[in-house]
Amino acid sequence: MAKHKSLLETLQHQGISRRSFLKFCASTASLMALPPAMIPAVASALEQARRPSVIWLSFQECTGCTESLTRSHSPTVEGLIFDAISLDYHHTLQAASGHAAEAARTAAMEENYGNYLVVVDGSIPTANPGYSTIAGISNRDMLLETATGAAAIISVGSCAAFGGIPHAKPNPTGAVAVSDLITDKPIINVSGCPPIPVVISGVLTHFLTFGTIPALDALGRPKAFFGQSIHDRCYRRPFYDKGLFAESFDDEGAKKGWCLYKLGCKGPTTFNACATAKWNSGTSFPIQSGHPCLGCSEPDFWDGGGFYKPLSTPTEDIAATLVYGAAAGAAAGVALGTLNHARKTRAQQAHAPVTVDDLEKGDGQ
Amino acid sequence: MNETEFLMWVRGPAFQIATIVFVVGVVVRVLEILLLGRKGNLAEARGSATAGGLRTILTRMWPDRGTLQRSTFTVVTGYVFHIGLFVTIFLSAPHILLIRDVFGVGWASLPTTIIDATTVVTIITLLAVLVYRLTNPVQRFLSGFQDYFVWLVTILPLVTGYLAFHRIGMTPPMLLAIHILSVELLMVSFPFTKLMHAFTLFMARWYNGAIAGYRGVRS
Amino acid sequence: MGSATPVDGDCGSGAVRTGNVLPLLHEIRHALQRWLDAGEPAMIDLRSIPMAPGEEDELVSLLGEGEVHARLSALGPSDIYETRFPGVWLVTHYNDNEEIMSRFIEVIDMPSILKSQTEDIRDGQERLAAQLR
Repeated sequence: MAKHKSLLETLQHQGISRRSFLKFCASTASLMALPPAMIPAVASALEQARRPSVIWLSFQECTGCTESLTRSHSPTVEGLIFDAISLDYHHTLQAASGHAAEAARTAAMEENYGNYLVVVDGSIPTANPGYSTIAGISNRDMLLETATGAAAIISVGSCAAFGGIPHAKPNPTGAVAVSDLITDKPIINVSGCPPIPVVISGVLTHFLTFGTIPALDALGRPKAFFGQSIHDRCYRRPFYDKGLFAESFDDEGAKKGWCLYKLGCKGPTTFNACATAKWNSGTSFPIQSGHPCLGCSEPDFWDGGGFYKPLSTPTEDIAATLVYGAAAGAAAGVALGTLNHARKTRAQQAHAPVTVDDLEKGDGQ
Repeated sequence: MNETEFLMWVRGPAFQIATIVFVVGVVVRVLEILLLGRKGNLAEARGSATAGGLRTILTRMWPDRGTLQRSTFTVVTGYVFHIGLFVTIFLSAPHILLIRDVFGVGWASLPTTIIDATTVVTIITLLAVLVYRLTNPVQRFLSGFQDYFVWLVTILPLVTGYLAFHRIGMTPPMLLAIHILSVELLMVSFPFTKLMHAFTLFMARWYNGAIAGYRGVRS
Repeated sequence: MGSATPVDGDCGSGAVRTGNVLPLLHEIRHALQRWLDAGEPAMIDLRSIPMAPGEEDELVSLLGEGEVHARLSALGPSDIYETRFPGVWLVTHYNDNEEIMSRFIEVIDMPSILKSQTEDIRDGQERLAAQLR
């Protein structure tokens, strides 16, 4: 398949009808969380869209993000997208290995300099480059080198976006996010552990369709998917508002599907599309299956003070702080009290009654 | 520092610092007062000091008729915002979770709609109190910087809590962090300002009642 | 997403309500009014609306089935039927594995995806001509 065909030509080549293309556009718009009124715009953009070259770099990661994407259960849409992009390097998925694989990466970079898309999953170790290498090249060097000619970088997963689990305390590898090393390229953070498959493909599709970066929030995440908190879109929200909470995992409230806030749900501070896009081809999402949200699409979710600790509770051991504080306060109070007492006694002892002589002296002057 | 890190700092080290300042400050100030002691009364007791002290702690919960008639506004608004503070602090679900987390004991919460309404009433009352303080010549003359500062640190947690619950103006994590931070500001200023009256009030009532009780008169 | 899913992923789905069904029906009513007044079509993406387990089924059964039912076979099947309320269509796109890819409510006299596309007609005409040659 030629690399510079438009997506429409690719589809026509596969014998796909215009009606099928329109159906594809409708599902794609829905995938990108665009309003249905945008479907014609998606169609005309996709007609002209060129097949971008994609270089996928996997650093300190668990391959969960790649699993999420390749196991996504809408093969038609995602499959078409993968037909529509040219995945030139992905060392987990590609057949080539060693020098041949690296040669493919270098070739893709040279051929598409300034136009290719870099997808990164995994964080980058900075404490010692030897912690993670590919073909003898450290992750940091490979990222910096590959990023030079990139049109944009998509950080897939919380590791690439925010450092993720490798970055969790005490961060032995000195793991950092892509955005900590690259500052001169547009970076789209698609966070989540793993990200929702339709969100990954939705962002890729957006870039493919419009060739632009979607609107991003303060943490560099596409607003279309990360614009609202889990809590705001949660179907259990009415229970929160009524003050009906599950107190444990097997009480009456849990069975009735009440709000999981008291069991540590991080929904109120977590931004993701789980409550609407859902998982496993729209079957369910954690809260629907009775488990609080872990907040996996937020920075440092691993160090968030415990998955089952309610959001309103402190993360440090305040009971111990209270005990030590009270003891220290008592000691200081007794010391100061003794000082004050001594001063009072001294003042009493220094007190001399006024005599008639004193008063007369005063009168005389 | 991104907003998540800010929230983590506010929920973690900052809350710890605020707790230490609050506890050490309150304990030191209360001990200082108690350890100063009082001179023994050489007169013969005509009644029970203990009973008088306890009774006064209770009876002063209600205003006497004269005070109520003379300063109706101050008394009524005072009750409203103090009860409002009690309800919003101790009967809302997230706060009870915090208390249970720290002390291991908890109790039933009120529905969020009631907490919400109470918050609004309390905020309005505190605003009325400020307007009265600024417009009444006597109150204005008697007020110093600390009075306005104490008013501010009291109303801030209510306002930020309301905004955090309704998610107005900023992202939810930021609103939650600011709400917790405003409470930490309250905790840190507590021992060093007139806010200490929450503790000293009972001691003062006790002394008043005990002196009168010893003399065999009603306080 | 509803009845097409074989897995029960719900926990405690007793009487949970988002209360989104009724506002959605009102939105459809307003859209019908706009279609009557101005001929302006409307489309609602059901994926973008939070629904409690069972609520989408409830919406679908409230809308009911009307006179027209069409099934596309284009990149997998699509189910398109007019509801009990003429002008309100439920369009469900499936992939080859019969999994829902997207689902829309359309308020229009006929969903445009049902119409034959000029490009496809031209293509068909050429094929017919080639066959007759």
